[in-house]
Amino acid sequence: MSKAQSALNGASYAGLAKVEETGLGGMITLRGDFASAGFQAAVKAATGCDVPGVRKIASSEVGAVAWMSPDELLLLVDYAGVDAVVAQISEALAGEHHLAVNVSDARACFAVSGEGAREVIAKVAPVDLAPGQFEAGDFRRTRFAQVAGAFWLDEAGVFHIVCFRSVAVYMYNLLCTSAHPQSKVGVYA
Amino acid sequence: MLILECPYCGVHAEETELHAGGEAHLKRFGPGASDEDFHDYLFMRENPKGVHLERWRHVNGCGKWFHAARCTMTLEVFGTYTAQTSEPPQEIKDKISAKRPGWTWREFSA
Ligand SMILES: [Zn+2]
Repeated sequence: MSKAQSALNGASYAGLAKVEETGLGGMITLRGDFASAGFQAAVKAATGCDVPGVRKIASSEVGAVAWMSPDELLLLVDYAGVDAVVAQISEALAGEHHLAVNVSDARACFAVSGEGAREVIAKVAPVDLAPGQFEAGDFRRTRFAQVAGAFWLDEAGVFHIVCFRSVAVYMYNLLCTSAHPQSKVGVYA
Repeated sequence: MLILECPYCGVHAEETELHAGGEAHLKRFGPGASDEDFHDYLFMRENPKGVHLERWRHVNGCGKWFHAARCTMTLEVFGTYTAQTSEPPQEIKDKISAKRPGWTWREFSA
């Protein structure tokens, strides 16, 4: 078996904010009935987290889980262990209407950090990023210029972005352009 | 800029996060229907100057389809509501009536 590589081999750029491709991330799309006790237990077993509220992300030492839609979650776990987690979920939810799929290799992951991070994202996504409007634990699916993507803010003040792997180069170039040192707007400064 | 609140994820989405899905509450006429009903189902659409009911999809977001009631003349939005209905809920009808007394749209009215 060949060695898995992330789309951009960990490329990074320092401008108004630091933009980096963060490598392979384990991701599972899980759809089902959030109100089901079995579903909640399966999420807890896989990530150590309860089902998050609307547009929120919950995290633990084991993994994280993000709210994608009223019937869809994104589970973030260790890349190497994804298939085992999917198997565990499928077994736990056997007989219950659900979908659990390993989507890790369909995705690319980025981090945007530093002083200008809010502005770098606000320039390319139609989301209110003012402090107080978007905070740690908030999760948002949106578009980044012309491509779909989702992002969240962690407790350390780092924005994390996931998008389709097929548009990884576009996303990276977009974020780098938005982080160009001479493009400062200073709206959140 | 048109801004609609997605009833599923609560985002006040601006137009570029949304995809327009045409007229709301169409009744499908398929196999076994008369030619006239099938023709009307395929081709006949409302084109009002004023109150209009539409389908929208939060495509760059939670991905869900929903309904919106708005005014095509002023772009005023009366409200958005779930896709799991074949007619506008009373709450939406009341909101339209408050702004456009005596409104009608297809078989629906104040
Ligand atoms: Zn939505």
